[in-house]
Amino acid sequence: MSRFFKGIFTLRRGAWEMLASILIALGVFLMMQPFWLLAYTWSFLVTLVGTVMFIIVSHFPE
Amino acid sequence: MAENAMDRIARATPPGVARKIRGLSDRAIAWIFVGPSIFLLLAINIFPLIWTIRLSFTNFRVNRINAPVKWIGLRNYERILTDPDIWQTMQATAHFLFWTIFFQVLIGFTLAWLINKKFRGNDLWTTLIVLPMMLSPAVVGNFWTFLYQPQIGLFNYVVAFFTGADPSSFSMIGSIDLAPWAIVIVDTWMWTPFVMLICLAGLRSIPDSIYEAAEIDRASKWRQFWTITIPLVLPFLMMAVLFRGIENFKMFDLVVQLTGGGPGSVTTLTSIDLKREAFEKWRTGYASAYAVILFVTIFGLASIYVKALNKVKER
Repeated sequence: MSRFFKGIFTLRRGAWEMLASILIALGVFLMMQPFWLLAYTWSFLVTLVGTVMFIIVSHFPE
Repeated sequence: MAENAMDRIARATPPGVARKIRGLSDRAIAWIFVGPSIFLLLAINIFPLIWTIRLSFTNFRVNRINAPVKWIGLRNYERILTDPDIWQTMQATAHFLFWTIFFQVLIGFTLAWLINKKFRGNDLWTTLIVLPMMLSPAVVGNFWTFLYQPQIGLFNYVVAFFTGADPSSFSMIGSIDLAPWAIVIVDTWMWTPFVMLICLAGLRSIPDSIYEAAEIDRASKWRQFWTITIPLVLPFLMMAVLFRGIENFKMFDLVVQLTGGGPGSVTTLTSIDLKREAFEKWRTGYASAYAVILFVTIFGLASIYVKALNKVKER
């Protein structure tokens, strides 16, 4: 866990890609879950942020 | 000595042109080869994508081409993301995606594992299993509507034979509860052979020497399966899941032929809904926003997936 946070603070690709992946997965889950309409409303924003972040951070150093 | 075609062309080419062609750098020649592909990619993929994003912020309707186009900002996105009907469509798509991939991977891998064993008639069985995949989805959708008929359909009679229920007591495509499963069954029937073929390629790529070494180490069959077969087939399996996931996210023809999105809207998948918005209601701007939402979702998922696939391959 501390390695993950260290990667985040030192702008390492692995940690940031992990964060972006979590956001994308969360966004897709919120979009398709059948429980809460408000979560569906915000799902696209979460997915978009995750996807854009993924494209940017895949250019970070390993 | 007989003169070949290249010599004839070289002799017929005017000296000026020949010099010009010969004078091209490697970089220029590379551009000549790659240029048409890049042009086509820009014209067919990139330009429509940018145009769709632009339209998604307007109230443009393609059937009212002369009406003034108004910039409405994020209103299309706001409407889509607060619409309970579209939310329901997303859930129907999620149900379809999850269960088709689950069954196709499970049955496809099992079939591949069985076909990989050496037995008589192996090739014949492979051909027979692969047949559904070769049919047109529209044809499959059409003939399954007959198989699902409560009065004359074979499917109902088979179910009745095993359960003892009256064949006409249930309708697969007419019932709100059964229709989502009806499309899952047909897609699984049609596309399991595809997953099977990919898994079979993975299984056949494992060298026998690894199993022989495991046998010498007295590893049980169960242990061999989990520590050799599954890890080495995993990249192939993931590839199959990626292909089927993307294909099923945009599933259209099969479901339209089979249920038309009904009863009600329980089998209305996002692609069907999108097509209705774009080409039946002619709300082009709204449909563009819808398409952008789906595009970002698929793109995001594909990015994670390709990363995971590369990691598995590196292992």
